[in-house]
Amino acid sequence: MNVIAGKRLKLWSGSGKTEIFLAAVLLVLFVVFGTLSPVFLTTFNLMNLLRQTAIVGVVTIGMVFVIISSGIDLSVGSVVGFSGVITATALVAGVPIPLAILAAVSLSALVGLVNGVLIYDGKVPPFIATLGTMAVLRAVIMLITGAQMISGLPREFLVIAQASLFGIPILAVVWIALTVVAFLVIRTTVFGRSIFAYGSNKEAARLSGINVRHTLYGVYMYSAVMCAIAGVLLTARLSSATPTAGSGFELDAIAAAVVGGASLSGGEGSILGAFLGALMMSTLRQGGTLIGLNSFIMEIIIGSLIVVAVLLDQVRKRRGGQTR
Amino acid sequence: MQTILEMKGITKHFPGVRALHNIDLDLREGEIHALVGENGAGKSTIIKILMGVHHRSEGEIRLYGKPCDIRDPLHAQSLGLGAVYQDVNLAQHLSVAENLFMGSMPRRLPGIINRAEMNSETTRIMESIGVKVDPRAIISTLSVAQQEMVAIGKILRKTPKLVIFDEPTALLTTEETEQLFRIIAKLKADGVGVLYISHRMEEIFRICDRATVLKDGEKVATVDITDVDEDRLISMMVGRSVHDMYGIDHCEPGEIVLSVENLSRAGEFHKVNFQVRRGEIFGMFGLVGSGRSEIVHSIFGARKPDSGRVLHNGEVANYRNPRRAIKAGMALIPEDRKGQGLALGLPITDNTNMASMELISSLGVLDTRKSIGTAQTYVDALQTKTPSVFQLVKNLSGGNQQKVVIGKWLAAGSDLFVFDEPTVGVDVGAKFEIYKVFENLVKQGKTLVVISSYLPEVMGLSDRLLIMYEGRQMAILKKDEFDEERILRLASGIK
Repeated sequence: MNVIAGKRLKLWSGSGKTEIFLAAVLLVLFVVFGTLSPVFLTTFNLMNLLRQTAIVGVVTIGMVFVIISSGIDLSVGSVVGFSGVITATALVAGVPIPLAILAAVSLSALVGLVNGVLIYDGKVPPFIATLGTMAVLRAVIMLITGAQMISGLPREFLVIAQASLFGIPILAVVWIALTVVAFLVIRTTVFGRSIFAYGSNKEAARLSGINVRHTLYGVYMYSAVMCAIAGVLLTARLSSATPTAGSGFELDAIAAAVVGGASLSGGEGSILGAFLGALMMSTLRQGGTLIGLNSFIMEIIIGSLIVVAVLLDQVRKRRGGQTR
Repeated sequence: MQTILEMKGITKHFPGVRALHNIDLDLREGEIHALVGENGAGKSTIIKILMGVHHRSEGEIRLYGKPCDIRDPLHAQSLGLGAVYQDVNLAQHLSVAENLFMGSMPRRLPGIINRAEMNSETTRIMESIGVKVDPRAIISTLSVAQQEMVAIGKILRKTPKLVIFDEPTALLTTEETEQLFRIIAKLKADGVGVLYISHRMEEIFRICDRATVLKDGEKVATVDITDVDEDRLISMMVGRSVHDMYGIDHCEPGEIVLSVENLSRAGEFHKVNFQVRRGEIFGMFGLVGSGRSEIVHSIFGARKPDSGRVLHNGEVANYRNPRRAIKAGMALIPEDRKGQGLALGLPITDNTNMASMELISSLGVLDTRKSIGTAQTYVDALQTKTPSVFQLVKNLSGGNQQKVVIGKWLAAGSDLFVFDEPTVGVDVGAKFEIYKVFENLVKQGKTLVVISSYLPEVMGLSDRLLIMYEGRQMAILKKDEFDEERILRLASGIK
């Protein structure tokens, strides 16, 4: 029995080395910025950091699912914007808050399903399929809004972005909760393990009786739902829905997922790693601003760091004797 | 005769494992030298060190007496070393000529390829080994055997001094194997040294001059092939003596489990009829391309037959997809282990549970304790050699990988097992263990369909044998009617 318990623990730490590495880098960044800026380590600033990271962080969760399945989802930014516009339009029309959110989430899930159908049934490569939905959806947003911002949202809705729970901003609470849920889904559900099996070897998964179709639909719908939630949070935070909201999120999300140990060839990825990856990138941005670093130089550092993180991870894996 | 290659005291460490220990090996001009041993004995590591994929931890390599340090695969090639692997590594979308000349295409002007020269040179090289192939043919349209010949041509273009063949006949028909042997004989005559790796003893005794036996990363001995017999060589490899390889207990067949009626699929197989009974081992023999695998894939629901029907346990069962077949208790252990059987990048736990996740989950949530327990159970039961159930499957040897695939179906509680080439790329020791698994399965009342292109194996294991030729069913023979010559004739289309 003891043996089994020991092994269980090992499974839970999984390929924990990437995560430990990221946590160490984060710690170093905190020490550096804390030393250079008196404000950085204040509670106010740290909470603000969480709040800023939360929205892209939520999008990243879905992206990890997609990347493990050996896919990519470029439509995330458009879905974030779409969800925000639906929520805001509904709210302005007087629809109750829960219903407005539900509408945004379900319509976005539908977009995810379309991605899934295009990719599984239409055999369109994920990159192309989601590139298409990304463009189409952004145009739909423009049509709905007439390229205008939607404001005048009810106060009770805006509270989402301002309120805190036990001193932690609601935005961050949502992000952390969704991370925990996704962690459990990936590690302990049939759906989660099926994604890994599919991402690692599609044919073996199919011949092992895994419901490949549902797994793939599920992956893109999960991603879309995460984006929908991120869209709601973003709208609350900006007090309005802007037609361009969410643009560029796909790159941040992919970067965070990959820095967190996800492999674009599939079958590999970590929710906790992506969480830390997202946090690391926003820490750099915010810390850099606080110590007055030129923002262009900041972007150079972030871009390099993404590559370096993945490079170091590859070196570590090779050292681990996993050469092919 | 001059010595081409000398390896002295080669040791290779991987993190936590010693793959090779103090290996000595030498290869002379015009010699065919067999490298034999069970999977995991260290053959692949030696090849990879020679080809510059891995670096030795200790020891010395000399080429023509000069110490040399093989830095990387490109360097290995420039030193005159070439290797033909079982899974041929060619650019599938390019032509034969483009593959042969990859990296050094002849030019007319800077940057402009001289296709005429490239194609005629390709034809010349391929004809020098007796192969007629259109230099413009796209690789993916060629058969496995043709691709292998192209891979050989690619090496020959660089006039190699030493060629390594790693299980070259695993996917070839008898005739194609003969052609390969002619090519190897020609290399020998030209003074090229050949390092030959195969699990097929009769091949080693037929073409090799000497053999080096490896076991658990250490060298057992180097022997002249004329000094040993098959039994002696195998016992050196496995460390125990062998008598009847296929001597497993059979059972009295029970009721009909699977009944195939007039099953056809255009271009693959035509009007196939057979029945399999409970507890039976039903063999299927035929050359590559005879439609054996396609038939079982159709029964399993992985591809759709055009006409005919399948009865499984008395009910019509033209399964539309593998999931339905699996639910009904069918298991397919595919020929292409890496491409279809395993998720190489995942650990044994995931692979073992892949077909049975629904059995150990409620409301979609897996019982991870059970999933680890199951994996451990089948690692123990099948004696899979691995440090733990969390080992990534790609780090296991061929025989152990196959055990993981079998474990997957045992975990799924399957009732009818279809084994497609179960022992390809599996060493002698693991073969025994796989045959023992067959014996245990029939004892438990399971039913087995075994496809193999290795005749002694299907003859030794099967109760009855279906022989296919180019999609046609030639005969079904009972065990007492088995006759090697007759079966081979049937498999070549002669009634």
